[in-house]
Amino acid sequence: MILAALDFQTFSDAIGLGAIYALMAVGIGLVFGVLRLVNFAYGQLIMAGAYTLAYTSSWPTWASIATCFAVVVALSLTMDLVVFRPLRGQSPAVMLVTTFAIAFLLQSVALIVDIRDGTLGQVTAALTFLNEPVKIFGGDVRKITLVSIAIAVGALVLLALLLAKTTIGLHTRAAAQDFRTARLLGVRANRVIAFAVVLSGLLAATVALMMTVTLPFVTPDFALRDTIVVLVGVVVGGIDRLWTATLGGFTIGFVSGVLNGLLPTDKTVYLPSAVFTLVIIVLLLRPAGLFNWGRHAAGERV
Amino acid sequence: MTRRLDPLVQLGGPVLLVVAVGLLSTTVSAANEVYFLNALVSVAIVVAIYVFVGNSGVLSFGQIAFVAVGAFAAGVMTVPLESKKGVLTTLFPLLRDHSIGNVPSLLLAAGLGGLFAFVVGLPLMRLSGLAAGIATFAVLEITHNVLQQWTKIGPGATTLSLVPESTGPLQGTLGAIVVIAIAFGYQRSRLGRKLRATREDPQAASGVGIGVHLQRLWAFTLSGALAGFAGALLVHQLGSITTEQVYLELTFLTLAMLVIGGLTSLWGAVVGALAVSGLDSFLSQAEQGVHVLGFKLDLPSGAHLAVLAAIMALVLILRPSGITGGRELRLPRAWRRS
Repeated sequence: MILAALDFQTFSDAIGLGAIYALMAVGIGLVFGVLRLVNFAYGQLIMAGAYTLAYTSSWPTWASIATCFAVVVALSLTMDLVVFRPLRGQSPAVMLVTTFAIAFLLQSVALIVDIRDGTLGQVTAALTFLNEPVKIFGGDVRKITLVSIAIAVGALVLLALLLAKTTIGLHTRAAAQDFRTARLLGVRANRVIAFAVVLSGLLAATVALMMTVTLPFVTPDFALRDTIVVLVGVVVGGIDRLWTATLGGFTIGFVSGVLNGLLPTDKTVYLPSAVFTLVIIVLLLRPAGLFNWGRHAAGERV
Repeated sequence: MTRRLDPLVQLGGPVLLVVAVGLLSTTVSAANEVYFLNALVSVAIVVAIYVFVGNSGVLSFGQIAFVAVGAFAAGVMTVPLESKKGVLTTLFPLLRDHSIGNVPSLLLAAGLGGLFAFVVGLPLMRLSGLAAGIATFAVLEITHNVLQQWTKIGPGATTLSLVPESTGPLQGTLGAIVVIAIAFGYQRSRLGRKLRATREDPQAASGVGIGVHLQRLWAFTLSGALAGFAGALLVHQLGSITTEQVYLELTFLTLAMLVIGGLTSLWGAVVGALAVSGLDSFLSQAEQGVHVLGFKLDLPSGAHLAVLAAIMALVLILRPSGITGGRELRLPRAWRRS
């Protein structure tokens, strides 16, 4: 087996990365479900969270984390109010390009705020102790990997319960299926959208928290690259349903991690080529999504 | 009578606008000329993207890959021989020991861009919607990765410099006009009309016998050739280039220009490119402080990108169909009646 050739460290790192990407995929997938909007600016929510953590490094850890959640959720709601709401029902191209502009705007603002002291980048310090390794099955695993996996599993279970057992969860699922019919049946559009936006903000803050442990140096393009990769993963997995999108996010993180371990050292610079070649192959074979079984591809009409 | 004037106006409007920008660029100081040349090259790139995205309605993030191929092909092949052997030592001997002139390099870039787009489009044009967007984005990623790492075909991660700066006002204007004229000819041709039919309704179009895959492939190839050509214009304007300059930021900026101008018309592509690059130039001047109508406008450094992004988002929110509404230029109604 291929996996046998991998050492335990690479494998666990790949799962850890997959877990973080899965959470981002949920955040992106939730908003797409109710708004049909691919939010490119999602990474900037994470970036804002990371900066908040950096600027509040001297505070008690709980206060710093709480502020991070507050800032990211507030920013997420503002984004919905100012940008998503006026764009509701526009063509996908317009919505996507507008979120490019928003991403670009937030990144420039972060740059202006950041370079006031003449240097680029800030350091987060609160949770770095999670970088220490622990021994499991004879291999070294960093604590943050275990924490990431635990948090991701916990958050996903919580989310599944929320969507399955509560009224607002039911409304959100109905809206994701068919927004117009759901509204006719009495689902309040603004509440459902606000619910999805808040949840996706909470997830972004969680991701910011976990990412700053491994990458404590925060710059304006923090999480930008990861967001792009997750967006790709979400579409490859199948953006129409939340669980296929989540699996897509996990898969692209996991596969990147594994490929990184498999490629010979002098060839790891070609990792993006390897990953994106796989992406093209999967898209050609399963255009409606890798995990999207039993549904006909889009384009069919009655 | 006026009906017959329509095509003339649709082609003449964009061309006149480009000529005006080209003429203006000769009247300003050498330091400011660069802004006008930027605008002209942007027009070429955005119109090249429009040929595929505007006519087919399929979003592609991959066209900048063809710009990159064109830029590096034209750049590497026009570095003078005597300096090339010193700085680009790792190249394949064929590339290292030969150099070509300015015009051949433009044609080479167009040919390579078209060929690359054809090969890539052959499988990818079966996709549509978000899947097509992501697959074309994957092409950009792979192209960028290979150009950045493979030092046998280019400078790798270092800067390619010593490229002759032949894109002045004349070449910039002529280049943009060539791209506009080809795009115009295509969209009025049989092939172009077939593709536009598939944009409006793919099912109905294939119902009357239009091969959606084939039509998209032609447009993708033509768009790739024009993008390669625009890339050559770009490298000859800048004189030196890195792979980062033909990557994500350029992709987002040029797509934003197209959508802000109006996705579905040639006029929109030209207006969007000129409006956004004009605004960008103005704002970066404002960072140094400019006088507007007697007021002194002085932006803090770094702020011009934030303001540009905010204005772009505002335009899209207030006018989602773009400045031109996605329509071609037409004479005012009063003139049309006479």
